[in-house]
Amino acid sequence: MSLTAKDVAVVKALWGKIGAKADDIGAEALGRMLTVYPQTKTYFAHWADLSPGSAPVKKHGKTIMGAVSAAVASIEDLPGAMSQLSELHAYKLRVDPSNFKILSHNLLVVLAIQFPSDFTPEVHVAMDKFLSAVALALSEKYR
Amino acid sequence: MVEWTDFERATIQDIFSKMDYESVGHNALARCLVVYPWTQRYFGNFGNLYNAAAIIGNPKVAAHGAVVLHGLDKAVKNMDNIKATYAELSVLHSEKLHVDPDNFRLLADCLTIVVASRLGTGFTADVQAAFQKFLAVVGAALRKQYH
Repeated sequence: MSLTAKDVAVVKALWGKIGAKADDIGAEALGRMLTVYPQTKTYFAHWADLSPGSAPVKKHGKTIMGAVSAAVASIEDLPGAMSQLSELHAYKLRVDPSNFKILSHNLLVVLAIQFPSDFTPEVHVAMDKFLSAVALALSEKYR
Repeated sequence: MVEWTDFERATIQDIFSKMDYESVGHNALARCLVVYPWTQRYFGNFGNLYNAAAIIGNPKVAAHGAVVLHGLDKAVKNMDNIKATYAELSVLHSEKLHVDPDNFRLLADCLTIVVASRLGTGFTADVQAAFQKFLAVVGAALRKQYH
């Protein structure tokens, strides 16, 4: 299920539209994930406030989206681009990779809410493929 | 027995009372067939599903989307007894249609995304949680008679 040239074009186009909203989108997706899939809160027990819109959630949403934006820029070589983050997630954070799918789903929900007319089924499938590829690159170093 | 909070009950009733079943059903099923193309295996007699435009414009997809969504009505009206309510449909999906139950989650995710785009900011995280819980319970009930 590798990315076609069309997928790459669609993802870059949508990312161009997202522009400065990226941080908010990341924060909202993270907040939704923590609410809708409470088991994901186990990874953030060290935060004072896990509610959507809280300072740690906003900050971390921005961090995540920064990484996703970097992935869009290096879309031709995701394993290479995500190598260090993969090591971080594998050896230090030890996030079960099934959670990447969960965050991806919530990112798609936020995109559907904020870009209802742009998020057509074709854009949806390209984004889903891209986020799956990012998740795969992130899982590279696990074992 | 599934415990529903007052908020969850009210949210589900509210979402479905305002829903355009035909449009949402059509969009959710079409989206599922485009985003997860292997689901097309269950619709061999639907004719042209060759690309996204064909799927979205296919009248059988539209009609069946509405059927599926109206099927959800049973659960909306029987929230305290979803398992028993879907016993027959579960047998149908297992014995006759041979649908891999993983697909229920795929369609549920597409339905969540369609409803999210219709409700916009009204689809808060808490509303999303209630909606996804509802769809998960329906999926589990549909899975119940598989063996």
